Amino acid sequence: MAGGHKSIETKHYEERAAFFEGLARLGALSRRGFMKVACASAGIAAAKGLITPQSFQLVEVAQAAEAGTPGFTFAYISDTHLYTAKVNDRFIRSILKAVDDVNALNPQPDFVLFGGDLAQLGKKEELELGAEILKNVKAPVKMMVGEHDWFLDMGEQWRSLFGPSQYSFDHKGVHFVTLMSVEEKDFWTARGMTPEERMQTVAGLDNGLQSRFEVGPAGRAWLEADLAKVDKATPIVVFSHSPLYKYYRNWNFWTDDADEVQAILAKFDKVTVVHGHTHQLLLNQIGKISFYGLLSTAWPWPYAPEGLPKLTLTAQMNRADPFNAFDGCGDGHLDVLASGLVDKVYNLWNRDPVTIRSTYLTWQGTTARPPAPTLPTY
Amino acid sequence: MRLACPVVLALCIGAGGPALCGDGAPGHVLPVSRDGNLVVGLCDGETSIEVEGVKPGEPMTREQGQKVADALMTEWRRKHPDAEWVVADAGSAAAVAAQGVPAAPAGSQHQTYGAFTERDKQIWQESTDKLVAEGKKIFHDAKLLGGTNAVSCDMCHPDGSNTHPETYPKYQVQLGRVAMLRDMINWCIENPVRGKPFPDDDPRLKALEAYILAQRKGVALEYGKH
Repeated sequence: MAGGHKSIETKHYEERAAFFEGLARLGALSRRGFMKVACASAGIAAAKGLITPQSFQLVEVAQAAEAGTPGFTFAYISDTHLYTAKVNDRFIRSILKAVDDVNALNPQPDFVLFGGDLAQLGKKEELELGAEILKNVKAPVKMMVGEHDWFLDMGEQWRSLFGPSQYSFDHKGVHFVTLMSVEEKDFWTARGMTPEERMQTVAGLDNGLQSRFEVGPAGRAWLEADLAKVDKATPIVVFSHSPLYKYYRNWNFWTDDADEVQAILAKFDKVTVVHGHTHQLLLNQIGKISFYGLLSTAWPWPYAPEGLPKLTLTAQMNRADPFNAFDGCGDGHLDVLASGLVDKVYNLWNRDPVTIRSTYLTWQGTTARPPAPTLPTY
Repeated sequence: MRLACPVVLALCIGAGGPALCGDGAPGHVLPVSRDGNLVVGLCDGETSIEVEGVKPGEPMTREQGQKVADALMTEWRRKHPDAEWVVADAGSAAAVAAQGVPAAPAGSQHQTYGAFTERDKQIWQESTDKLVAEGKKIFHDAKLLGGTNAVSCDMCHPDGSNTHPETYPKYQVQLGRVAMLRDMINWCIENPVRGKPFPDDDPRLKALEAYILAQRKGVALEYGKH
């Protein structure tokens, strides 16, 4: 990771990333130039056994020409669910792979968002291990908290390592807000639960005992106050761990006061919400607000049996291959366009990357629909 | 010991100690045989018989079993000259009687599926749910799964989702052979969970199957589907 050694996989994905970057930059070339490069690159790709020549990658280039210019880029790593090394090394290897990925981005992203659930059971050792690993990220890291980080000691350790759970900052004309969206109403006192039992209960997705996530009245008041001083035309990007809409209640793919939060955000012209927690390629558009779910490095989650937003493209992740620990997992980056909207790249580790243009969401799927994947599901 | 005779199903077999007559029935304290012979008790909780020459744990032939059963019934009839066995049996459970048991045809042997009550159905459902609940517990507990890396099934399969039990048996491409649901359960236990696979007759494996299948109630069976 930090040293000179890179795994074969890392090198492979570096090469592939460079290949895509190169192609994207060629988008403005003349038709002849484009065809020349496209044929050559397809040949290279085919020779590497990477793709078939008719795969979607050349379409990517054609799309790049019409897409907005990226103003800047930020990458993300999310939902790493670390146990200590003694308990489980697999999730550690996964976060290391993600750190390799974001460090290999060229040019480097302006910052790296950590999307929450750094730890699995909120333990001091787990959080410290995560903090230690994230120190290896070259770009500055913006931290977001998840429920797995919080409910052992109600965020005490997390805050001592990473600071407040809600904060905002301005970057290159965009106002960023990080929300603490995984508050829960007290379900533990009446049941006489220990902190460990409380944490274990929240850690279970299908555990009906716990309350639903919410930003809560205090969080919403903070958000309103924070946004009061921001101009309505300023692009807003919100980070929240849970999706800021109501997807599937039983698994807490849900924020109970999502409607209220959306009402606060709806005053702005360009709003993008980037959330963790759902471990899947997840897309939604509600009014002017675009929602992007982040991939997990630890494990993918199945799409919920109901409530799936219709813009979500499930083909890549509908049935992840259990025989490949990395299938359905990954990381990615987001290009904040000059327009203030956001394109998102899902860097699925065992699949071809998927680029979602902001226009795909804002036009309700009527344009810029990403091509169907060439890899089969199982 | 199981004897192929309908009446014998209503017998308790013991060696002088308390015995259970079916699941949860009251214990029947049987007298001790002075010669260490097998003592068999009737479900009425009173009648018993000593089987000459058979020690506890030794098998009986069908003929011997029939003799024991006949002797017990004869003894019961001697004690209750005016009673009907079926009626007496039904009447022994006061709670059932209170609900109103469908009248069994006179003279016929009691049939499980001939006369059952709402209470029976509740008992059956609860017994089944108990197995499912046990499976749910194991599904959600890395230790019960025998895992070594704190990974449990629910972490990837909340509510048993994406397990597709209705598609087995099917050719599991990654294994290169036809698999049953239990083969995939064991694969998961060995790999992501890093535990030891359960033997085919392991009650934990049965409980896991029960839980996973229970989550797919109403879904059409489609064996072989990919």
